[in-house]
Amino acid sequence: DIDGVGQKYHLELVLEDVLDKDSTVNCTAEVLYHLGNNIPPDVQFAIAGELKNAEAADNIFYNRIKSLEKELVAENIPDSRGNVSPEMEPVHLLAWVASGYVIWQNSTENTKFQLAQIKRVKQVKRRDEYLEFDYTILLHEMVSQEIIPWQMTVLWHPQHSVQVTQDSRQPKHA
Amino acid sequence: MRVLVLLAALVAIAAGTETFVGHQVLRIVPTNNEELQTVQELQELEELQLDFWLAPRGLGYPVDIRVPFPSLQPLKAHLEANSISYSIMIEDVQALLDHEQMEMLRSRRQLPFSTNTFDYATYHNLDEIYAFMDLLVAENPNLVSKLEIGRSTENRPLYVLKFSRGGTNRPAVWIDTGIHSREWVTQASGVWFAKKIVLDHESDEGLASVLDKMDIFLEIVTNPDGFAFTHSQNRMWRKTRSKHSGSLCVGVDPNRNWDAGFGGPGASGNPCSDTYHGPYANSEPEVKAIVDFVKSHGNIKAFVSIHSYSQLLLYPYGHTSTPVPDQKELHQISKKAVAALSSLYGTSYKYGSIITTIYQASGGTIDWTYNQGIKYSFTFELRDTGRYGFLLPAKHIVPTAKETWLALKVIMQHTLDHLY
Repeated sequence: DIDGVGQKYHLELVLEDVLDKDSTVNCTAEVLYHLGNNIPPDVQFAIAGELKNAEAADNIFYNRIKSLEKELVAENIPDSRGNVSPEMEPVHLLAWVASGYVIWQNSTENTKFQLAQIKRVKQVKRRDEYLEFDYTILLHEMVSQEIIPWQMTVLWHPQHSVQVTQDSRQPKHA
Repeated sequence: MRVLVLLAALVAIAAGTETFVGHQVLRIVPTNNEELQTVQELQELEELQLDFWLAPRGLGYPVDIRVPFPSLQPLKAHLEANSISYSIMIEDVQALLDHEQMEMLRSRRQLPFSTNTFDYATYHNLDEIYAFMDLLVAENPNLVSKLEIGRSTENRPLYVLKFSRGGTNRPAVWIDTGIHSREWVTQASGVWFAKKIVLDHESDEGLASVLDKMDIFLEIVTNPDGFAFTHSQNRMWRKTRSKHSGSLCVGVDPNRNWDAGFGGPGASGNPCSDTYHGPYANSEPEVKAIVDFVKSHGNIKAFVSIHSYSQLLLYPYGHTSTPVPDQKELHQISKKAVAALSSLYGTSYKYGSIITTIYQASGGTIDWTYNQGIKYSFTFELRDTGRYGFLLPAKHIVPTAKETWLALKVIMQHTLDHLY
């Protein structure tokens, strides 16, 4: 507890590769939640080791999308039964990474967000080397149990990190 | 010709106008000209109302005739008098039509023929689960019965399966799944539990000893309106489908609607919220039905309400941080149940009271059941921890059900060993 500033947490955690449960790496982090909850929490972290190199898979995905004649469009990933087709798996993973940013920016000590589903994704063709996707995702907030639609524009290239250039909370249906 | 007759018959059956009870289809194969002529002449006898499915063509060709019941005796006598042999192809036309109609309905709805051909490793809709229940009861009438404990807002029946070896009002275990409709792995697990009880009730020592002294009640689709809605409109629907005046929003969170700390912190007064507690406790018929059942039964000793996701085993309270008097014992049971669960696939669970382990929640099911004196009140949150969340792939259903069953057996066994 830091007077006048907020609450700081020291964390020791283990990162696990979603695609390879045996591949883990230790991590330490410091999270500072500011008083008033108007500003996203500050996060500092250190990874003890190396993250897996995914260059080959990244390039395959990148080239496949770049060479599509029509922009990629898809809905409901996963579907009602939890299925994700192999072609959509990287699109799903990309959304997951990007939603991490949105979640970080909107987290307080009283929230717990998960990506519930990609409602809709539409590729936006660009002249430059980047891939751009316009996602509408559903975030599940555990404490309120709300399903919150959220729009986010995601930029990516194998040699650059994922960027969320724009995001906005969407109104819920009745 | 034959197809038209059959179709007409089915339409008539559906319209309830014509019946073919006792009608038979006879086959005659004329072997000489006299026989052929006799058969041909039959076509003139209008009063017999014979229906030729295969008309006479020539020697050696079969002649098939549908014969109405009143004409059977006279026709057979006539054929025998003329030494014409015949065989009975169809003993009772109506029986065949009934069976066919049943098959048609079955294949249209893709219903399994038995609980042995039911696919437990896939998600089903409400009709399929309700049909499963009826099959299970029909196959095991000495063990399983189906009770209707009430009706939902949209007038769907609320069914509970009772597993009992006999006796009167024995001490009982209650298990419910699907109170939150989007938590699909729970209803699917409930179906699996039902079949498991039937399969193991004699061969599994632990289960057999439980059923020797206790009954098991299982409500698989605790929120059928919500469940139907997750199939037809919104996969993420959680609440009931009730409409309360003054709001455009629909539904009440059935796990905030119980009379335990009702309306306190940990529930919302906003009808549009996913944790809306409702206008008053037990406003939801789905909740009221269980309340009425529990009160009138009076002898329920363990109550387990199953949710997903988060991989947790929880005991009361959710509405207050005051520990329940039996906290130590419930904590010990949870520890043992979780160990049993994890032993199967290594799935890790956390456990503790609702308020310390997950969040503050008022008006919750097991807070109420505990306050009713049902000491062994637990809530599960099944797989996973967020990767798929509610959209858990079907391949997880059976493993989830299997590991959870081990935990449930620990709870049931402990209840049996500590009956109060």
